[in-house]
Amino acid sequence: MSFLLVQALSGLATAATLFLVSSGLTIVFGVTRIVNFAHGSFYMVGAYAGWSLIERFGGTPAGFWGSVAAAALAMGVLGAAMEIGLLRRLYRSPELFQLLGTFGVVLVVQDLTAWAWGPEDLLGRRASGLKGSIDILDQPFPLYDLVLIGLGPLVLGLLWLLFNRTRWGTLVRAATQDREMTSALGVDPARLFTGVLFLGCALAGLGGALQVPREAVTLQMDVAIVVEAFVVVVVGGMGSLTGAFLASLLIGQLQAFGILVFPQITLVIVFLFMAVVLVLRPHGLLGRAEEMPPTAPATVTVPLSRGRHAGVWALALLAVMAAAPLVAGDYALILLTEVVILALFAASLHLLIGLGGLVSFGHAAWFGLGAYGSALLVKHMDAPMPLALAGAPVLAGLGALVAGWFCVRRSGLYFAMLTLAFAQIVWSIAFQWYAVTGGDNGILGVWPSAWAAGKAAYYWLTLALCGGALWLLRRAAFAPFGYALRAGRDSGLRAESVGIDVRRFQWMAFVLAGAAAGLAGGLYAFAKGSVFPTLLAVPQSVDALVMVLMGGIQTVAGPLAGAAVFHLLESEVMSMTDWWRLVLGLIIVALVLVFPKGIVGFLSGLRSSFGRRRA
Amino acid sequence: MKHRHPTASPTAKSLLSAALFAALAAALAAAVLTTGPAAAESAKEPVKFSGAPVRVGEINSYTGLPAFTIPYRQGWQLALEEINAQGGVIGCCELQVVSRDDAGKPDDAVRVAQELVTNEAVDVLAGTYFSHIGLAVADFAARNKVPFVAAEPLTDAITWAKGNRYTFRLRPSTYMQAAMLVEEAAKLPAKRWATVAPNYEYGQSAVAWFKQLLKEKRPDVEFVAEQWPAQGKLEAGPTVQALAAAKPDAIFNVTFGADLAKFVREGEGRGLFRNRKVVSLLTGEPEYLEPMKDEAPEGWIVTGYPWEQIDTPAHKAFVAAYTARFKESPKAGSIVGYTTMKAVAAAITKAKSSNAEPIVDALAGLTFDSPVGPVTFRASDHQATMGTYVGTTTVKDGRGTMKDWHYADGANYLPPDDVARKMRPAE
Repeated sequence: MSFLLVQALSGLATAATLFLVSSGLTIVFGVTRIVNFAHGSFYMVGAYAGWSLIERFGGTPAGFWGSVAAAALAMGVLGAAMEIGLLRRLYRSPELFQLLGTFGVVLVVQDLTAWAWGPEDLLGRRASGLKGSIDILDQPFPLYDLVLIGLGPLVLGLLWLLFNRTRWGTLVRAATQDREMTSALGVDPARLFTGVLFLGCALAGLGGALQVPREAVTLQMDVAIVVEAFVVVVVGGMGSLTGAFLASLLIGQLQAFGILVFPQITLVIVFLFMAVVLVLRPHGLLGRAEEMPPTAPATVTVPLSRGRHAGVWALALLAVMAAAPLVAGDYALILLTEVVILALFAASLHLLIGLGGLVSFGHAAWFGLGAYGSALLVKHMDAPMPLALAGAPVLAGLGALVAGWFCVRRSGLYFAMLTLAFAQIVWSIAFQWYAVTGGDNGILGVWPSAWAAGKAAYYWLTLALCGGALWLLRRAAFAPFGYALRAGRDSGLRAESVGIDVRRFQWMAFVLAGAAAGLAGGLYAFAKGSVFPTLLAVPQSVDALVMVLMGGIQTVAGPLAGAAVFHLLESEVMSMTDWWRLVLGLIIVALVLVFPKGIVGFLSGLRSSFGRRRA
Repeated sequence: MKHRHPTASPTAKSLLSAALFAALAAALAAAVLTTGPAAAESAKEPVKFSGAPVRVGEINSYTGLPAFTIPYRQGWQLALEEINAQGGVIGCCELQVVSRDDAGKPDDAVRVAQELVTNEAVDVLAGTYFSHIGLAVADFAARNKVPFVAAEPLTDAITWAKGNRYTFRLRPSTYMQAAMLVEEAAKLPAKRWATVAPNYEYGQSAVAWFKQLLKEKRPDVEFVAEQWPAQGKLEAGPTVQALAAAKPDAIFNVTFGADLAKFVREGEGRGLFRNRKVVSLLTGEPEYLEPMKDEAPEGWIVTGYPWEQIDTPAHKAFVAAYTARFKESPKAGSIVGYTTMKAVAAAITKAKSSNAEPIVDALAGLTFDSPVGPVTFRASDHQATMGTYVGTTTVKDGRGTMKDWHYADGANYLPPDDVARKMRPAE
């Protein structure tokens, strides 16, 4: 009995940290609609700043708490700076474009933190005055954890007071419900947003600094926390602080007791829980329908242009690319092969985002399933390459068929996080099922058949298959299917009223996108010769998203350009400098600022403006 | 609501953007189509070399796991400088290293390996930390017939179940380190054991070997609890509590890095280690022990690297050179990096060639000197006999270190040649 009580208390201490971080995220999202990938970075830098301050001043209780508060405030200031310097310039871009900007910030912060604090893990002092433990029913329990348990509700209460008893809080709530009406009434949204970013990032920094007495500060903290914080936000219901609190409590308890029943479940328990909650409740535990975010391309003026002479351009590009082996060396060919594969991967995601308005955070699931489909056929059935390649889109399509049925019943960020949940579940299966998938050591020896083994031959094969698939995707975009999808995106109600079964079309699009990503995954498996769970993991999904956004979501060619630019940039910068994340992040931030419509969106804007001048 | 987009008119800004874009596109095109090797990172050239340089392509997770890989890089840099100052390899040729980051992803590692082989024309591949990345590069090496010296991945598969002709591994494997610890664990009176290990192949095979080998020596032990936290995401409080609830006599720990620090801190706070012996993999390595400062655990039986106490002349010379060069103390990664590069140089010199097949033939059975003593790459399974230090942790002058340690030679903890050969796929 006493053991269960202490285990529950341990879960509460975990929940407190989770709540602090995710409360900041939910406030920022609720008001600004920004999917702030950099939230975890503020948590990490908050922890590093807290560590430095506590090392210096943490000898006394006042020094310790002062240090924590100072670290939190510093993160608030940094957050406000990010709003003013970057995000403010992007409010007129498509909704998700800020996500790309914050992704650039994540990369920059990772390298700057490594540069400032060095690569080693840093273990800080324990909290002064709270070093020991007390016995609770004969079980020792750390004092500091008790304080954390108290801090959670305290912060929740303070935030409640702030939002319900101050003018600023009222304005923030007003902006959360109707941003445009609030600004029409004379409230400067820019200043409000700066304040919200300050508050949100300060909370992240507070969460980070409070971790110093509990665990070592590392360079991996940012990614580890941000995904979980998103889970809490979505499970709780977006924009709902009480929901985030409740979700943190539940997740903390689940983790504490889950490991007693089934220790291996640590990999996936959080995502399983999220999937169950989202399947049962469309807006999370305490979210409300009216706080639903708008779908992605709300500010698109020209939905999708067919483009003049698009076919001619495409054929010309194909011809140039097919001629590449005549001049390019082996490595250049391999890079081009990867670019072509990733272009298909990005285009398949673009089908969902650009046409369907369905932002997926878990698209790597289908890419990885395709790769595993091929690899498993080769490994367990000795399948020849063509058969294995054919298996890739089939397995991925089947996976997408099942997951899609659940996902298309949700929209906005709920849809996005449900796709992420499925991706994580697939990932954990690949990671854990040693007998079949080889676990994290993956499947080796997935090399092409002899006739396609040459770099040029495999490149041509890839070009032919991806070119065909891309042509099909484009056909779909301009077929009635594509128009129906766009109708559902722009106005679900009106589309339903003219007899379009929006959900069914979205489901079909999900399966089509999954199968296309699967083909890309199969080709990728043979290009690399091996398959690992990393192909299904979050960074792979983020890469796809970055490629689509970089290219611009309003054109069919966007994802292709985005894939090419991102992949070439990453691989070239990586081989040139150790600080490649810094360089890549800065380039992304610069691209976002200079091309707020994406690269292809920018080019077509340029062309149309030149055209107008000539006329 | 519709917005006029700022880029819809040909303003100065959009022209600037066009120029930027053009520059970017040109840079990319140039980057893709260049096939010539970039400037190699080589040491100063105090010696005149008569032959063509021999090139090594080095890959590691420099951004993914800097705490271990940065000391590793400094280690091989030191070795490289020494090798070239003493006349290079084969007595004629400069050894050049082209180093790359794999970002912690196996598919990136394979691409980088390809780039090193085709663009940089490297003769040998070396490096890698994570097991799955090591395996991916090993598979690439076999397919492209390039010798590969895997420095740090610990998985048994790289030399056994998925071993190949071109791949050799330096560090003592999971099996070897588990076997070294079992020797000590079997001497303990403890009968009830609990295990805690990160939930991936390294953790799982370490626990599996530990259980199997300990049961062989001590049929009376039982394993009463196991915890499998996700790597890097240990929920310390609940995990510690769950282990304590099983009331084990001793604990076998495989967690490392930030997880380990959390586990130790929370375990001390909750009295988990009171009157219990802990046997722990890698915990004695300075990378993991030193960040814990005076909170480093007392009395754990560990594998590690007590660098300040090893007083063989070879090792003292290494420590002196390393601290003089980098103004910091060596870590376990440093000595692995240093020895890796020395092994590569020894193989090339023995082969008297920069071609793949002679180097592979030279590596099989190669014996060379390292700071820990002579090391041999076994011809049977391509595993080096480099050992590690087994001892007890303690806190001295406010920092964690090891006491009562001895060097466990890897050769004594490997299965016999014929058994090992049978575990490898047929060639």
